[in-house]
Amino acid sequence: MTQPFLKIEGLKRQFPQAGQPNPDPVFEDVHFGIERGQFVCVLGHSGCGKTTILNILAGLDEATAGHVIMDGREVRGPSLDRGVVFQSHALMPWLSALKNVEFAVRSRHPEWTREQVRAHAVKYLEMVHLGHAIDKKPAELSGGMKQRVGIARAFSIEPKMLLLDEPFGALDALTRGSIQSELIGIVEATKQTVFMITHDVDEAILLADRIVLMTNGPRAKIAEIVVNPMPRPRDRETLHQQPEFYPLRNHLVDFLVKRSRAFAPGADWDPKNPPLVYPGAPARAAA
Amino acid sequence: MTRNKPWLAPLLSVLFFALFVGVWYLATSTTAAPVAGPAVDPEYAALLGAEAATGGQSAMPGPGEVAAKIWEHVLDPFYDRGTNDKGLGIQIGYSIARVLAGYLLAALVAIPLGFLIGMSPLVYKALDPFIQILKPISPLAWMPLALYTIKDSGISAIFVIFICSLWPMLVNTAFGVASVRREWLNVARTLEVKPIRRAFLVILPAAAPTILTGMRISIGIAWLVIVAAEMLVGGTGIGYFVWNEWNNLSITNIITAILLIGLVGMLLDHLLAWVARAISWRE
Ligand SMILES: Nc1ncnc2c1ncn2[C@@H]1O[C@H](COP(=O)(O)OP(=O)(O)OP(=O)(O)O)[C@@H](O)[C@H]1O
Ligand SMILES: [Mg+2]
Repeated sequence: MTQPFLKIEGLKRQFPQAGQPNPDPVFEDVHFGIERGQFVCVLGHSGCGKTTILNILAGLDEATAGHVIMDGREVRGPSLDRGVVFQSHALMPWLSALKNVEFAVRSRHPEWTREQVRAHAVKYLEMVHLGHAIDKKPAELSGGMKQRVGIARAFSIEPKMLLLDEPFGALDALTRGSIQSELIGIVEATKQTVFMITHDVDEAILLADRIVLMTNGPRAKIAEIVVNPMPRPRDRETLHQQPEFYPLRNHLVDFLVKRSRAFAPGADWDPKNPPLVYPGAPARAAA
Repeated sequence: MTRNKPWLAPLLSVLFFALFVGVWYLATSTTAAPVAGPAVDPEYAALLGAEAATGGQSAMPGPGEVAAKIWEHVLDPFYDRGTNDKGLGIQIGYSIARVLAGYLLAALVAIPLGFLIGMSPLVYKALDPFIQILKPISPLAWMPLALYTIKDSGISAIFVIFICSLWPMLVNTAFGVASVRREWLNVARTLEVKPIRRAFLVILPAAAPTILTGMRISIGIAWLVIVAAEMLVGGTGIGYFVWNEWNNLSITNIITAILLIGLVGMLLDHLLAWVARAISWRE
């Protein structure tokens, strides 16, 4: 069996708690893999440890046990190989949109000339349709525009993998939709490998090839990995007309409202190899 | 209301000023009224000099006299007729030079040191008790120690300015650096930014508004302290001038100097406020 591009093995995270020598881990026994070019979403309730997993993948946090291997090498600390889009955009408010992206480009390519850095940064800002606002400070940008600068910054370093922590959580539905479409376009063009956290079932269906379902914490686990049967690129306009859409959606919603709380693994459930499920697959066969 | 009448506030200011000058004029002219009052003891007059001999009138000058005096100083600010008789421009120049020297030295020490303290929670905790004790000491309390060890009165004054400017800048820099948002530091970490570049391009701009607040507090304190310090060490400077004019009983000169001290203090504060605005950022 070939190794996946990114491999997470036996991951566990305990946060020290006052007066408790052995506190409940946020999650444990987390195993899964991501293939090159795959778009993977993690779906789970608030507090189950999604951000914690992402921080460990980014190298910003350390696991209590287990490890992460990317492209044959263990992840130890942050790296330019993994671009991060933070939940709270994390733009530097004293820099314009362009300078924020240039800061990242300069970090990636210290040897480049000023013109090269600028041209590269502008290219990525134009990719998220912000060519007209490059000289604006974050305070002068709308929430959606700030998030797009964050995305341009993460893409501009051309990382091997992109990590997105609920990047659209704070946006209204309309803005969210248009940035999702932009993201699909860029990911298609760059063949980027993406790991993304979301609360939103429809967002997961639209973007993800695989949807990792996490049970509620503490001691959260990966219940199963849902395979999105609908082929890429998916289009938000026509998505819901496809026969697999509702079976898939119902399966995910059902997990979130019922099974995530009282997850009762069957006898053959193996945390090292969470089951792949194909909801809606028979629907296409029948259609 | 004030929005569509922007001239209202300045007009009121002028009015208040006129009122103040009017009251001042009346108050000082009535003391001169009892001409037939008790004659000034000639011996007392001889002791206190010519000004006292003219009676109450010149002890507290009216606005006209002060205005004339100010005009006199404006016309010739840089004259130098020996140790005790130098122009106001020269004296204030000495004071500004001392404040700037002490202040800049303090900034040179406080900002890098505050940076280090702010970066390390351990050093922050370890140095905190010292800072807590040293900070509330009146800078003038250092003066004898400074005079004893440094021996030079001019440098001692600069040292006192240095000490009093140090703490606000140190404390604010350390605080500003320690409270830089975790998310910006995380951005720098994921971009593998080297420590020096991170210090100058992330931490410094993030902490700059807090540091500038400290610098603004410091310049205010330094300007307050220089007058007192110069009264103590003597020789030159606006503080010495005020003290010397008190010995000459020239209230007009003292009032002129007081106005000048206020004016320069305001300019220094505005200068730093302007810098603070230039480096501040909005979220
Ligand atoms: N630094 C920390 N110290 C102690 N506990 C922490 C820390 N960070 C996270 N936790 C705990 O770990 C759990 C998971 O947190 P995490 O932020 O990963 O959740 P999440 O799944 O991202 O939630 P959300 O969807 O609300 O963002 C929470 O119960 C939280 O209290
Ligand atoms: Mg989170």
